[in-house]
Amino acid sequence: MSDKTKIYGLLAEFAGPDELVRGTEEVSEAGYSRVETYTPFAVEGISEALHFRPFAVAVIFLVAALLSAAAGYFMEYYASVISYPENIGGRPLHSWPSFIPITFEMGVLGGVLGGVLGMLVLNRLPRYSHPVANVERFRAASSDAFFLCVESSDPRFQRELTESVLRQAGATQVTEVPLES
Amino acid sequence: MRTTPTSELEPLLPPGVTDDSISERISGIVVKRKMGLGWIGGFAIAFSLLMMFNYAIAVLFAYGVGIWGIQIPVAWGFAIVNFVWWVGIGHAGTFISAVLYLCHQEWRTSINRFTESMTLFAVACAGIFPLIHLGRPWLFYYLFPYPNTMGLWPQFRSPLIWDMFAVTTYAIVSVVFYFVGLLPDLATLRDRSPHRWQRVIYGLLALGWRGAGRQWSRYKMAYLIMAGLATPLVVSVHSIVSLDFAVGIVPGWHTTIMPFYFVAAALQSGFAMGLILIIPVRHFYHLKDIITGRHLANMAKLLLATSLIVGHGYFTDTFMSWYSADPYDKFIVADKFSGAYAIGGWMLMILDVGVPQLIWIRAVRQSPVALFVIAILANVGLWLDHFILVVQSLHSDYLPSEWRMFYGTKWDWMTLFGSFGLFLTLFFVFIRIFPMVAMSEMRGLVHKKPGETKEQGA
Repeated sequence: MSDKTKIYGLLAEFAGPDELVRGTEEVSEAGYSRVETYTPFAVEGISEALHFRPFAVAVIFLVAALLSAAAGYFMEYYASVISYPENIGGRPLHSWPSFIPITFEMGVLGGVLGGVLGMLVLNRLPRYSHPVANVERFRAASSDAFFLCVESSDPRFQRELTESVLRQAGATQVTEVPLES
Repeated sequence: MRTTPTSELEPLLPPGVTDDSISERISGIVVKRKMGLGWIGGFAIAFSLLMMFNYAIAVLFAYGVGIWGIQIPVAWGFAIVNFVWWVGIGHAGTFISAVLYLCHQEWRTSINRFTESMTLFAVACAGIFPLIHLGRPWLFYYLFPYPNTMGLWPQFRSPLIWDMFAVTTYAIVSVVFYFVGLLPDLATLRDRSPHRWQRVIYGLLALGWRGAGRQWSRYKMAYLIMAGLATPLVVSVHSIVSLDFAVGIVPGWHTTIMPFYFVAAALQSGFAMGLILIIPVRHFYHLKDIITGRHLANMAKLLLATSLIVGHGYFTDTFMSWYSADPYDKFIVADKFSGAYAIGGWMLMILDVGVPQLIWIRAVRQSPVALFVIAILANVGLWLDHFILVVQSLHSDYLPSEWRMFYGTKWDWMTLFGSFGLFLTLFFVFIRIFPMVAMSEMRGLVHKKPGETKEQGA
């Protein structure tokens, strides 16, 4: 296919969120894997239709929170027991109950920073530009348009055949996405 | 403002709303609306107050904390009162964003952006007070555990250090939570702005958000976990602030009710401040069909509920001081209602526990004007509450020869009212540059099937 190199994929517009979910399921069932939806809000059922679970984000949050909490506790232990031990009325140097508040706060702080950073990196953000933005109509994807894009890198991608699959799945309009604007 | 009685079960969304109409209305306020005279006037007042704040702080830095009314034994004055009060105001924003999100309270959608901004600005105001309260504010970084040539570490067993960690964490998490919530809306602004410079600025801020299915999926997961982390965080922050007091052996401070009661008082002042801000804005920006009477009534009910918890806190505090048979504690509680600060003691009870009881009446719940007045009075009451807690407990120490009245000087008052200037200036800027309502979440609400929308509010 010669046109495979020129276009990023086919962008299909659907009438609404329910139509998009049904369409995505059909396109997935037809065997397409390099498929992405673009919606103005988090549509329920899209993740399932794309066979995608955001497991990694949850793991990053957990690991970041635990590491950060451990680091916070170690900092307090190191400061109070090793680096700057101070005997105050014979109280134990390793007074762990009073180390808990900062351990907790550090856990939350590290978890949130790490998790959000992880979410952005996995989402490939920040990103300056993306081929789908070359379609003029795509602007509406952040307001009221529901898109499905089958990328030309998909092994099953064939310009005409894919377009007819998309139309059968309920697309109201199918546009080519040029690689360069 | 009209006070037409409206059903408390009125729909959360205006009739005939679509994705496009809601995006247009909310983003239009930011990217298309011209600056009105009302906004300029309001901003001018807020900015003048902010300049007064800067002046008061400049004088403070030049002459030291001696310009305030603090002395021995009342070494904690307005700065600590204002700090506790402002941090508390922030809490309701996080509560609405995180706790109500986890509880699937859909009515929160039209007000959460609003209250989150309130949180940010309140924390910004709060953060200033402990710093300017330091005798040598230029050494504030001594609070941080950084490697230093003196070989010193902060005292990690001290609630004041916990406090520093809690408030810093809270400020950072609030900013991150706010930004993540704003991300899809920045993309909407980028795509709907009429001018190129607006598209460039919002485009950079939106980080290239496209609303891809996998992006949304990870985004929602991150948002959910953040809400889960913010929930215990918000409880921990004011609990730790209360430990600044409860760990001290000052009569009136040294009680175990403090963390619980501080969190309740924080939420109450925050719900009150939310009402104070939302009622005028929904009026002047014609958002009454998006932020409906039902939202106000729900906020008012939360205000009422927290005022009852605070009342319970007062009762337990009084009872425990009697039950403990500790003469100093018994004295300080009796002094609160019959001593030199008795007016404050009674006023705070009337304003923050008594006045909110009017919310039981349906007509009051449905009148924005009445709620506005109640919210202001409740917040005055809560400021008095912190004032009495800090000052009245300190002014009569163990030795009667030390007893001394505290009077705020003009610098104290200028700093207090000046902090409103900072808060309101930030708020006026916010309503011009960011969407006041979370558009992406509103669009999700538009497409909810009727059966899924809970009819009953909080």
